[in-house]
Amino acid sequence: MKPISKQLFRWLAVLPLAFFLNGGLHAETVARYGISMADIPLTTGQPDRGAGAYQFTGHTLYDPLIAWEANISERPGKLVPGLATSWKVDAKDKKKWLFTLRKGVKFHDGSIFKADAVIWNLDKVLSDKSPQFDAKQSAQVRPRIPSIASYRKVNDYAVEITTKEVDALFPYQLPWFLISSPAQWEKMGKDWSQVAIHPSGTGPFKLDKLVPRERAELVKNTGYWDKKRLAKTDRIVLIPIPDAMTRVNALLNGQVDIIETPPPDVVPQLKSAGFKLVQNVTPHVWPYHFSTLPGSPWADIRVRKAANLAIDRDAVVKLLNGLATPAIGQMDVTSPWFGKPGFKIKYDLAAARALMEQAGYSKEHPLVAKVVIAQGGTGQMLSLPMNEFIQQSLAEINIQVSFEVVELENLYLHWRSGAKADMNAGKGITAINLAYVTADPFYGITRFVDSRYVAPNGVNWGYYNNPKVDQMVDKIRTSFDTRTQDKLLAQVHEIMVDDALMLWVVHDVNPHSLSPKVKEFVQAQHWFQDLTTIRM
Amino acid sequence: MLGYIVKRVLYAIPISLSVTVVSFILVYLAPGDPLNAIAPADAPAEVIAGLKSAYGLDRPVPVQYGMWLLRAVQGDLGTSIASGRAVSGEVMSAVSNTLLLAGVAALAGVLVGCILGALAGYHQGSWIDRAATTLSVIGVSIPHYWLGLVLTIIFSIWLGWFPAMGAGPGGSGEWLWDIAHLKYLVLPALTLSVIPMGIITRTVRALVADMLQQEFVTALRARGLSGRAIFRHIAKNTAPTVLAVAGL
Repeated sequence: MKPISKQLFRWLAVLPLAFFLNGGLHAETVARYGISMADIPLTTGQPDRGAGAYQFTGHTLYDPLIAWEANISERPGKLVPGLATSWKVDAKDKKKWLFTLRKGVKFHDGSIFKADAVIWNLDKVLSDKSPQFDAKQSAQVRPRIPSIASYRKVNDYAVEITTKEVDALFPYQLPWFLISSPAQWEKMGKDWSQVAIHPSGTGPFKLDKLVPRERAELVKNTGYWDKKRLAKTDRIVLIPIPDAMTRVNALLNGQVDIIETPPPDVVPQLKSAGFKLVQNVTPHVWPYHFSTLPGSPWADIRVRKAANLAIDRDAVVKLLNGLATPAIGQMDVTSPWFGKPGFKIKYDLAAARALMEQAGYSKEHPLVAKVVIAQGGTGQMLSLPMNEFIQQSLAEINIQVSFEVVELENLYLHWRSGAKADMNAGKGITAINLAYVTADPFYGITRFVDSRYVAPNGVNWGYYNNPKVDQMVDKIRTSFDTRTQDKLLAQVHEIMVDDALMLWVVHDVNPHSLSPKVKEFVQAQHWFQDLTTIRM
Repeated sequence: MLGYIVKRVLYAIPISLSVTVVSFILVYLAPGDPLNAIAPADAPAEVIAGLKSAYGLDRPVPVQYGMWLLRAVQGDLGTSIASGRAVSGEVMSAVSNTLLLAGVAALAGVLVGCILGALAGYHQGSWIDRAATTLSVIGVSIPHYWLGLVLTIIFSIWLGWFPAMGAGPGGSGEWLWDIAHLKYLVLPALTLSVIPMGIITRTVRALVADMLQQEFVTALRARGLSGRAIFRHIAKNTAPTVLAVAGL
């Protein structure tokens, strides 16, 4: 055979083998996720940018002592063991909680997880004298773990945390508190900005690459301690795309595989182009939070009830192209804390008008009120169109609403200040429209009804004061049986609805749009989502 | 000459200082609180107070300004409250992307404008002149944001020729001058280039048309110079004005 023919023969023999071998090797699966934030959330342990950020750089890279069951969609999740295998309250002193820690867990950097790491992380966010204290991380998580008074190491695998008061709801605070590696902080020269680029947690993903404002690449942690939660995708690329239409375009163009919160008006286009829309019950509510202070037009319960009866919630859902569900209370009807309120919230214009008449209002003598709203922003859905809809609906029952429109960050100031503050009462503002996370008993219910939780201590914005409810909240805090807690919470919720504490409009459904390449994505009934369930 | 340069540099100092004072004050005049960028919405008062103290925001505004200025003149622009990263790094990464996009858009606008303007000037009154003039009017009139959206719809969504967003397959930090990366530049650069293209086209058309009427061009023709040689002379004479307009 001639030399050239010999070479050709060799190639012809080798090539099929090469193709066969390559086909047998595992190709890395990659999911590109367009997220709605303007930047990658903090990767140092406590994410910033709100509750929705925990799914991206919180529960991916890190674990909490007590986790939230986020890998199921058909029912609300519950508290499950994380880095603590069990927890119990001291029978003699119910302010003391003992946590038994999980053995055999390693941080991504190889160091071993033990009680010292828990204490170190608590100092990181609660003790400003500690060298590892990080003001930014502390600011994110301190409001979420308000009950912690002190803590100590019991042994290498046990930690005791003491609360300020007896608080049976304390475990609900701990999914927000994540454990980062002390060894990595030392290795990075005790510099949190370096840790941000090279973080180390115990989570199901490791951070492979971080380009600020552009992308974060998370890779599967094959050594993750929870074998039931090993990631189904090798690599997830998080790409911040804050503009909703740009996110949609990136999905349509094939640059990303998943996006969150597509705008309602592109839903038909996405569906017709073969993209899947997933949504689920989500702990979120879009309300008007009334001031019940003396002198407020909303102090009259008849007016509050009338307002609730004047809203056609199905029409609002239609305005959002189905990306919402009607809210007939603070919690979703499927929540174990919904209960059986006596006041049935529905669209009943005649009943609304009758109540307004009883309260002394008419076309000639309308109720005039000012509501502070945001022009947009995370959680606020379609703020301006929805508020205009509410305004027109309330006008039909002789409630004339005007708006003080502010930027979302400014709205938070109005919220933290309370209804009595100059910036609210001084401007005639008697209601605030701010979407609320309702993920747990504190976030969903007690912080709004406890009369001790008014500004500056909390966000009972309207100064609701019901001694019976205060007693029930105290009882909830001291009831360690979850069934008793659930029953009491449902009773408090019933009172909230019967008192028409707020004008409830819709619940968000946290929609996501998926390309056909995404074979599986389990959307939890929570703001915490488990990205290990994504399968390409 | 040296004296002139020194004088201009010295003038720049009080102007720069005034700009920093106004910019600093504007942050405080605007409604809202810079801490909203880092504190959760429901952060209680003691957390806010702790943050204010940690970031020095509880000090009087003139003191804060003085501390900032002292560090700024040493090249330390501090750390961003929002991102926690060095401000100089944040600015430089944004500036590099801006220079890349603006540079390519400006170059494209000027080149295309010069070509269209020259063609229009040479063929005054013809369909070429009318077409180039129409393009230049459209260029200066069309809103950028609308054009960008339309180009994205047509070329990214319908045709799938170009990406809809981004600065490269791996992000802007890994920029390379290859096709895979240049594809990301096409639509944004095209969008930004239409206004300079329109302005340069009109300017060059007018200049070329005027130059062609000049006596020296007639003289050059009489001497038997080729069209190409005459074009070089016209180009040399129009260049200063075109460069001045392009610089604006």
